[in-house]
Amino acid sequence: MRTLLKNAHGVIKNLASRKARSFLTILGIVIGVAGVIIIISLGAGAQALVLGQITKLGTNIIGILPGKSNEKGPPAAVFGIQIKTLKTNDLEMIKDKDRVPHAEEIVGVVKGDVTIISGKESVDTTFTATDGSYPRVQNVKYESGSFFTDEEARSGANVIVLGYDVREQLFPNGGELGSIVTLKSSGENKTSIPFRIIGVQEKLGTVAFQNQDDQVFIPFTIGQRQILGIDYLQFIRIKVDNADNIKETITDVEQVLRDQHRIKNPDNDDFSVRDLADAIKILTSITDALRMFLSLMAGISLIVGGIGIMNIMLVTVSERTREIGLRKALGATSHQIRNQFLVEAVVLTGLGGLIGIIVGVLISYLIALGARYAGYDWSFVISPTAIFLAVFVSTMTGIIFGLFPAMKASKLDPINALRYE
Amino acid sequence: MLIELKNITKEYDNSGVVTKVLRGVSLSVKEGEFLSIMGPSGSGKSTLMHIIGFLDRATDGTYLFDGENIKDFSDDELAYIRNERIGFVFQSFNLLARTSVLDNVILPLTYSKKKNHQELATKALEAVGLGNRLNFLSNQISGGQKQRVAIARALVCDPKVIFADEPTGNLDSKSGTTVMSILGKLNEEGRTIILVTHDRTVAEHANRIITIKDGEIISDEHNPNPRRSKIIEDPTDDIA
Repeated sequence: MRTLLKNAHGVIKNLASRKARSFLTILGIVIGVAGVIIIISLGAGAQALVLGQITKLGTNIIGILPGKSNEKGPPAAVFGIQIKTLKTNDLEMIKDKDRVPHAEEIVGVVKGDVTIISGKESVDTTFTATDGSYPRVQNVKYESGSFFTDEEARSGANVIVLGYDVREQLFPNGGELGSIVTLKSSGENKTSIPFRIIGVQEKLGTVAFQNQDDQVFIPFTIGQRQILGIDYLQFIRIKVDNADNIKETITDVEQVLRDQHRIKNPDNDDFSVRDLADAIKILTSITDALRMFLSLMAGISLIVGGIGIMNIMLVTVSERTREIGLRKALGATSHQIRNQFLVEAVVLTGLGGLIGIIVGVLISYLIALGARYAGYDWSFVISPTAIFLAVFVSTMTGIIFGLFPAMKASKLDPINALRYE
Repeated sequence: MLIELKNITKEYDNSGVVTKVLRGVSLSVKEGEFLSIMGPSGSGKSTLMHIIGFLDRATDGTYLFDGENIKDFSDDELAYIRNERIGFVFQSFNLLARTSVLDNVILPLTYSKKKNHQELATKALEAVGLGNRLNFLSNQISGGQKQRVAIARALVCDPKVIFADEPTGNLDSKSGTTVMSILGKLNEEGRTIILVTHDRTVAEHANRIITIKDGEIISDEHNPNPRRSKIIEDPTDDIA
């Protein structure tokens, strides 16, 4: 140990006398370590952001989708396949308080494409036809006006709530509340229906890859019957009164739907009931996988950096052949020579790791600052695991890639080494 | 007897072609002797010095150092002997570049168990007249001074024997004389010195001269009046 410390002292002197080369040698390690730190930090930040956005959409939410799906994968409806097994009757039965006691709010939803015309302006967008309780389930707030009531939804009143972007396009100068717009369905029955604007949703941005501001809301019945001309639902959302009752509510809903659909064996379910937590789990596993992959890429750059170190160490060994011979003649054992070069490699990679950590943390911080400046609720996360991993990997790189040159140096025959020109 | 060689041979096997460099050398060196090994290049004198200096092992024969058979020693033990009991002076100095004179002399101490490195190194440098050059870098001093640093380095672990391989070979005659005087003085102080050279005048500083040719000792003469020159502190020698 004492000789190791002595070695380290000499090694640092030695490396300091070749600053430019030492720096270039460790550049690969610096980039690799900084890469790992940045990727892990950005991954954690992005994950926190996405999860934050999802929970912003509402908590204690259960989703009911038509069609069967297994536990892990997403249901077919997610991929745009229309399944017609979820009927309006089902929605009514779920609303029965006796059968699903913990459902606080229940909304049925259908979506479709539509063109909105206001005077000479027109916008192609998506409409969401739903119940009056929709804002209470999804935590949506209104920039102006309000959402339609349950009564308006049930009676199929011709009222509409605009998403933020739609309003911006149709009424750049404001004055939208109370105005009449025409909805033109892009479906088979090209109906044109007038609607009165009663509210504008506040800006939500993009959540889960969907722009929440590029849509409009209309009462459920009018959207389902008159515009789409269908009798089924695309999904139902339930807000459960308490997180502890989610599992129970899922079972209740499943029972109602099985009774409705006369299904005896749960394997034959033609619907899926999902907890939002499930969705978060799936999303987390996807982002985790992505993060792993990116870290692996950064890890590869560490290996490349290590090979760079080995390369330079090999050059150093042959450059310093005479010195090695001299040291052996003066009494250095093969072990001491090996340790000297190993310490040199580890000091190099350790230094590279250190600089890499500083650079990585700095860049991650700047990115977090930038993201916050751009309006995202971005948290600057540096995990101790990432730093530990970076230090461990860079030191190991030094040992592994320094070992071969160090062994080569230690095996030099002192006489030949001294004669070497 | 400090060194006892019995019928030492050395062969090099160069991809099937065997070259016999030493053909049975027997030699005894007493403690306190100043021995010159002379011979033309290719005679085997350097190989002999490497074997006596524990840098190489003989192909055959017995080598007793201080009564112990070298054959029984491991490579690490040989490294230890090189460090503690012998010192080397090379033709081309072999100082570490961009390193201070003091650190160069400390170098062998880092491989030993001795303490007070600074003190021992300073003492050794004073002994070769370089007490005022401690913090000079090795490339800031003259050739003669470099060789004196090398002698201080050989001296610093207080070895029994100092091996000098053509120590004046890269020096002008004045510096060479100074170096030889220092070696002579060390011998007078009781240190055993083994010198390898092809130069008769240099060899005559020793009190015993052996001549080697084609891997065999052809003469072993006593030199009753070894050459002694005064230490010349040439002023030009001090200019970097």
